[in-house]
Amino acid sequence: MPALGADMEAGTLVEWLKQPGDQLRRGDIIAIVDTEKGAIEIEVFEDGVLDRVLIAPGQNVPVGTTLAHVRAIGDAPGAAAAPPISPPREVVRASPGARQAAEALKVDLVGVTGTGPGGAITRDDVERAASRGRAGPVARSDVATTPPPPADRMAAMRSVIGAAMSRSKREIPHLYLSTVVDMTNALAWLAAANQTRAVDRRLLPVVLLVKAVARAAVDVSGLNGFWVDGAFRPGAGVHVGCAIALREGGLVAPAIHDTDQKDLDTVMTELMDLVARARRGSLRSSELADPTITVTNLGDLGVDEAFAVIYPPQVAIVGFGRMAPRPWVVDGRIEARTVLTATLSADHRAVDGRRAGQFLTAIERRLQAPGEL
Amino acid sequence: MTRTEIQEKVVQALSTVAPEIASASLATDVALRDQVDLDSMDFLRFVIELKRQLGVDVPESDYQMLASLASAVDYLAARVAAD
Repeated sequence: MPALGADMEAGTLVEWLKQPGDQLRRGDIIAIVDTEKGAIEIEVFEDGVLDRVLIAPGQNVPVGTTLAHVRAIGDAPGAAAAPPISPPREVVRASPGARQAAEALKVDLVGVTGTGPGGAITRDDVERAASRGRAGPVARSDVATTPPPPADRMAAMRSVIGAAMSRSKREIPHLYLSTVVDMTNALAWLAAANQTRAVDRRLLPVVLLVKAVARAAVDVSGLNGFWVDGAFRPGAGVHVGCAIALREGGLVAPAIHDTDQKDLDTVMTELMDLVARARRGSLRSSELADPTITVTNLGDLGVDEAFAVIYPPQVAIVGFGRMAPRPWVVDGRIEARTVLTATLSADHRAVDGRRAGQFLTAIERRLQAPGEL
Repeated sequence: MTRTEIQEKVVQALSTVAPEIASASLATDVALRDQVDLDSMDFLRFVIELKRQLGVDVPESDYQMLASLASAVDYLAARVAAD
């Protein structure tokens, strides 16, 4: 059971989409799991053959529980060297610091909820598990055997958001910076681009914002990644998490993988798809587990500035306010320009104001050249 | 296509984007954005849905014509008639 976000502790297996004996390719969806964030499609990490499933539909199990075994293509069924779908006892994903702490505190890593990248267990997780008592997280497997009804899901989602945000405010010393970005040229470029596009190929301004953040994260290093075990660990790619409000309340922030590598059309298509699936409750496991930096855009609500709370263990979140015409000085003269305020919340353990400021300025610079995004 | 039919299509398009709306309670002359929770992506999906239902591709420069239900029906009726 992968950790799909910082504070997920357990999930309920809803359905297997592959049968033992089926060939699997990396990224195939093999199961549906129900969580506080809706039904999540679980992807397989590597190529192989589904050997056997260990968890039956309806079972609620803690993060870290092995769901199934996958064997290498060509191996006999039941072969010992089967790489698991989710880490079993022998290969629990944990940082060296976490293993050290687990030994010192006599905590069994199996059953500890990992909040690090990809669900890896961190030193903090071990310490938390130790203070809760070893039986704590494991005992949760008995709690529920069916997915919660929608009203309960809302309450569950609020509690998950609450836990993640409380942890963030408790542990992360936020620093906040803001800058006003002149969007006039970017919007003119966008309007011209959209004029020749059919309605279903039009771009929204938010796509420029998301892409500018991704490009800036490459321009200025140190903000794209995670704070794990007292050190910054850069993300393996730039996977921008996009905060999406759900119509019935609550939010999720799934990733657009490798945002920096994708053109604006692709980012637009993927963002539309992500919003639709987030609201339908059918996100994929990697989308929830992989974000390396997050963007929240509250401009449509008429909000001027958004000072956001970092989603741990990430170290930065960029907030965008509304675009509105303002009196603005250009070449010594006052003009009406369309501007927005971009804010950055960054983890002061990972970066200082100087680096954070360079990053925010890089976002602004990228938005002045929309054709190169 | 009659105005009533067009209005039905508009409401149908709107409800695919915002399933929670009660179509009967939509005032025709009040801004849609004040009655329905629509962000810019919702609005784009609404415009895409209008094209699917009515075959009318509304350019960005005409988005203001879709501000209320009444103005949207006026505009779309003219566009449908012109096609």
